[in-house]
Amino acid sequence: MYDGGKIIPGLIIFVGLMLFAIFNNAGKKIEAPKVEKPVGYKECVKPVQYMKESHMDLLNIWRDEVIREGKREPVEAGGAMYEKSLQNGCMHCHTSKKKFCDTCHEFASVYPYCWDCHVAPQEDVALKEAR
Amino acid sequence: MDSSRRKFLKIAGITAVAGIGAPSALNMLMKQEVQASSAGDGHGAQPAAHGGEGGHGAAPVGKRYGMVIDAVKFHENPGMAEKCIEACHSYYNVPDFGNKKDEIKWLWQVPFTNAFPGDESHYKKDDRTHAMQFMVLCNHCDNPPCVRACPTKATFKNADGMVMMDFHRCIGCRFCMAACPYGARSFNWRDPRGSKDGVPFIKKVNPEFPTRMRGVVEKCSFCDLRVKRGLIPLCVEATGDSKAMVFGDLNDPNSEISQVLKARFTIQRKPSLGTMPSVFYII
Repeated sequence: MYDGGKIIPGLIIFVGLMLFAIFNNAGKKIEAPKVEKPVGYKECVKPVQYMKESHMDLLNIWRDEVIREGKREPVEAGGAMYEKSLQNGCMHCHTSKKKFCDTCHEFASVYPYCWDCHVAPQEDVALKEAR
Repeated sequence: MDSSRRKFLKIAGITAVAGIGAPSALNMLMKQEVQASSAGDGHGAQPAAHGGEGGHGAAPVGKRYGMVIDAVKFHENPGMAEKCIEACHSYYNVPDFGNKKDEIKWLWQVPFTNAFPGDESHYKKDDRTHAMQFMVLCNHCDNPPCVRACPTKATFKNADGMVMMDFHRCIGCRFCMAACPYGARSFNWRDPRGSKDGVPFIKKVNPEFPTRMRGVVEKCSFCDLRVKRGLIPLCVEATGDSKAMVFGDLNDPNSEISQVLKARFTIQRKPSLGTMPSVFYII
């Protein structure tokens, strides 16, 4: 091999650099973000696990049903009825976008564009009562 | 040897003819059958044609919302039109960019010649008609050209005959604006959330309705959300008991709007274009 003396140490340094992040964080416990849950409400419109994994799908389904199919009937959660709406449904209980949505989204480095148009509720001021 | 070759060629020829001919013959037969069956139930399957097509086959099923605007009542009640516009624009977070070029309009006023152009004889109208301002909005046409122009189906006609906008899907190509003969669509050239000289474009954001973003087309929605809940559109509500605006189902012969249309002479905007507008004017 020509220039083996340069290539092999170079390779070792390169691989080392690439793997540095893994070794550096190995064994460390990374805290999952703690989202602030709404006070006084126990149930969401779907099971918690579904909401954790697929809330974005549900929002898309709601969007299509409400706008395109005109299915605007409210959904039930814990005895109360909620609108199929991000602004007027979800944010009715989850009154803080910062403490609920953003905490997780920033941790996961996802930046959905919901709030380019939808209006986030004024922090910590609940919308009017559920219909 | 010779005879067997002759036989072989004969069989091969017949097979080839049969192979080429049979499928097309079969196809023709099948097609005829299909045509026959579609001719049988074709008329029944005509999906909920929202009114329109007047007198074409069976009576239309489903709803088709429409509106009658009494321009005389608006003329006699100065200030009422502004109240309607305010009720609409404040609820739907319609931005005011402060210049005519970028203006966003859901509901606005124009003089007669702008609302009903084309018929030259109409320029010889009485003074009152010329002095009147006409409330104009999306006509929620039965045959909406904007819907045909939209490449993403962001604008579409819903089951109640309202021409809807799905802001999520709008890519801002403005084909619909070119297609609309009424100028009922506005484009957000600027970010509606922005401000100029410290004055926000949306004075007070209504938290119940989203704003739009830059690069999205918007227009009157006929308050589809309110209508679905059994309410009347905000502009109609703002006219109070004056009956300057009447909203209802054009397909229901007993609805108030059908009664008004039966009793009064009304005109539509640019009816000759064949868009079949759902907004009617008493002048």
